[in-house]
Amino acid sequence: MMHVLSILVENKPGVLSRISGLISRRGFNIESLSVGPTEDPNLSRITTILECDDVTSEQLTKQLHKLISVHKITDLAGEDAIERELVLFKVNAPAETRSEIIEIANIFRAKIVDVGRSSLAIEATGNQSKLKGIEDLLRAYGLKEIIRTGKVAMSRSSKED
Amino acid sequence: MRPRNDTADPATGADRISDASQAISPRQGETMTGAQAIIACLEAEGVDVVFGYPGGQAIKIYDALYDSKQITHVLARHEQGAAHEADGYARATGRTGVVLVTSGPGATNTVTAIATAYMDSVPMVVVTGQVPRRVIGTDAFQESDIVGITMPIVKHSYLLQSTDDLTRTFREAFHIANSGRPGPVLIDVPSDIAAAEMVFEYPEKINLPSYRPTIKGNARQVRQAAELIGSSERPILYAGGGIIASDAGSELARLAELMQVPVVCTLMGKGGFPDGHPLCLGLVGMHGSRFANQAITGADLIIAVGARFSDRVTGRLSDFAPGAKVIHIDIDPAEIGKNRHAQVPIVGDAKRVLARLCDEIEKRGYRPLSAAWLEEIEQEEKRHPFHHPGLSSKNGRISPEGSLDLLSSMLDRSSSIVVTEVGQHQMWAAQHIMRDLPRTFLSSGGLGTMGFGLPASIGAKIACPDKTVICIAGDGSLQMNIQELATAASAGVDVKVLIMDNAALGMVHQWQQLFYGARYSQTILPDCPDFVKLAEAYGWQAERIDSPDEVKAAFERLLSTEGPALLDMHIDSSENVYPMVAPGEPIDNIIGAINVGPITNMIDRHEHPEGGDGR
Repeated sequence: MMHVLSILVENKPGVLSRISGLISRRGFNIESLSVGPTEDPNLSRITTILECDDVTSEQLTKQLHKLISVHKITDLAGEDAIERELVLFKVNAPAETRSEIIEIANIFRAKIVDVGRSSLAIEATGNQSKLKGIEDLLRAYGLKEIIRTGKVAMSRSSKED
Repeated sequence: MRPRNDTADPATGADRISDASQAISPRQGETMTGAQAIIACLEAEGVDVVFGYPGGQAIKIYDALYDSKQITHVLARHEQGAAHEADGYARATGRTGVVLVTSGPGATNTVTAIATAYMDSVPMVVVTGQVPRRVIGTDAFQESDIVGITMPIVKHSYLLQSTDDLTRTFREAFHIANSGRPGPVLIDVPSDIAAAEMVFEYPEKINLPSYRPTIKGNARQVRQAAELIGSSERPILYAGGGIIASDAGSELARLAELMQVPVVCTLMGKGGFPDGHPLCLGLVGMHGSRFANQAITGADLIIAVGARFSDRVTGRLSDFAPGAKVIHIDIDPAEIGKNRHAQVPIVGDAKRVLARLCDEIEKRGYRPLSAAWLEEIEQEEKRHPFHHPGLSSKNGRISPEGSLDLLSSMLDRSSSIVVTEVGQHQMWAAQHIMRDLPRTFLSSGGLGTMGFGLPASIGAKIACPDKTVICIAGDGSLQMNIQELATAASAGVDVKVLIMDNAALGMVHQWQQLFYGARYSQTILPDCPDFVKLAEAYGWQAERIDSPDEVKAAFERLLSTEGPALLDMHIDSSENVYPMVAPGEPIDNIIGAINVGPITNMIDRHEHPEGGDGR
């Protein structure tokens, strides 16, 4: 199953390669990975998605915990976590279909971020099913390029109470 | 320079930090160079010896070392040797071994030795010179990304970025290396940091919120473990290197005696429980005794302490001890459940957990139920002992097992350290050299590094000058770091080397004989070099023997010689290490166990492939 590991790490050079190195060394494939600073300037948050069984993910979590640079790991899979990803689509959009595409973007609360003669760039955020929905619809018009940030996730406030 | 707040947890293995590191350095507040500060850090940590090899980017640190009155330096002849020497020093004492080398090739030459220490959880701090910060990443002369290269084989590593971080880094490195599950820590020092001026302030406290090894062990799990032990009729203790790392020998013996539990040891655990103890079944696994392997296979409860169910112990994992429940005690949570599911996992320091477990068992008034089990094991042991053929093999040549039985009887167990290289001789030594005390049998277990033994024995002798240190070597292994003969000779380190010289790479040769149709691909070594002449050229005393009747006198001469000495003992290349479990087989499927006693013992289902008396 999918595991969403949210890993709080020291904000220092080389930490990302320690994490990704350990994951690959132990034979796991990273589905997606995103890194960014947190509210504490000394810490960064890595969110990584891995496809593996529960035993494997437990072993991997234990191994990651052994890294001195790792402060905390939360597996957000199975939890009702807030998940978001940002995707940029570049889609073929000649005059005759342009308004349809803009309508689709509006339905998904996506934004038109760039307009060319024959294409549009659309920015969409959301969870996986929403993004898959818009991607499937846009594909019919001819997708020229897709860029994804990788998923980030946060536990809901109710979980912390 | 002070840590932000003093949150160092007394439970983080602080009892294993040397007292010297607790006291702040007498040089506190002095202005000095980074290089001088590094030496002052090492002094503050109580370091008395550094193993290393100088070079361009380490020259400033070496210059500062020149002034140290506390630290002696052992000049290896290869950086791998230096790091194995530090490893041997650490294994023999439990203190952190320290290595100092230069950048580039100096640093990369330590890689195998760092991996060796990592696999066997040996505390080590490796200081590598690095090119100046301004040229890092430019492929400068003798630049290598040693932090990147060693990332998977260190417990932690640092690339120093500023003199502001220098003392804190060393303080943390020593703490990390020798607390929790010990391991090697690397500090890469750009040479401009070594040259820069700074004010030396050694931090008293450590602030590592992300590093808090669990020491105590969960009380509920300890109670559950006690309950399982109290009701087990066929219990077995499976003791690994963690017993030695946590100095838990007496607690292990207390538990074994309290509940009459037989003990099997891994290669790394050898010495953690006395071989002479009536409950000791010795080595378990691929070359373990048949009775030890039968015992663990037939157990109803395995109490694993500081052991990791390695493939060399378990054989085919799915068939390993099929009827046993498992209590797994380890300081590293990642080891628990990694290879074998544990009914009762206990994360904690072996010494503390075993003591609490014994208290709990005593409190509950449990009595041992293992009498019939011990009787059964004793019968197995009588039927299938290790092979003790005497000094002469059937072909009239020196017997490897018999010669080591003799050597074992000539060594005082409390005042000697036996170090091995890797191969057949290592397994014969593990089977036939009797050890009663921890840190008196040093061997590369996890990585199986040929070339470990000679330098490790030099490190052990420097750490324990009053003990006899003997390295049991093979003619293949010894040549992997043979340049260290010079280190011993020039530093006056009185180590003894016994080569079990079969003119072959014996272990692979054995596998080729048994599993590859005797196609000896690249395992026959010519009788070269002449080890006696070579040793003499290095300033060692040396002799060669070839006949069983020379063995005793030669061993006596070897052990009584002043200064480093080598004995080249020729054995036959057809000698194999038995018993043996073929790789990937269940560990009770044993080939080459000898059978003694009534005829029914001979028609057991696992006979020696060559028949006869089992040899």
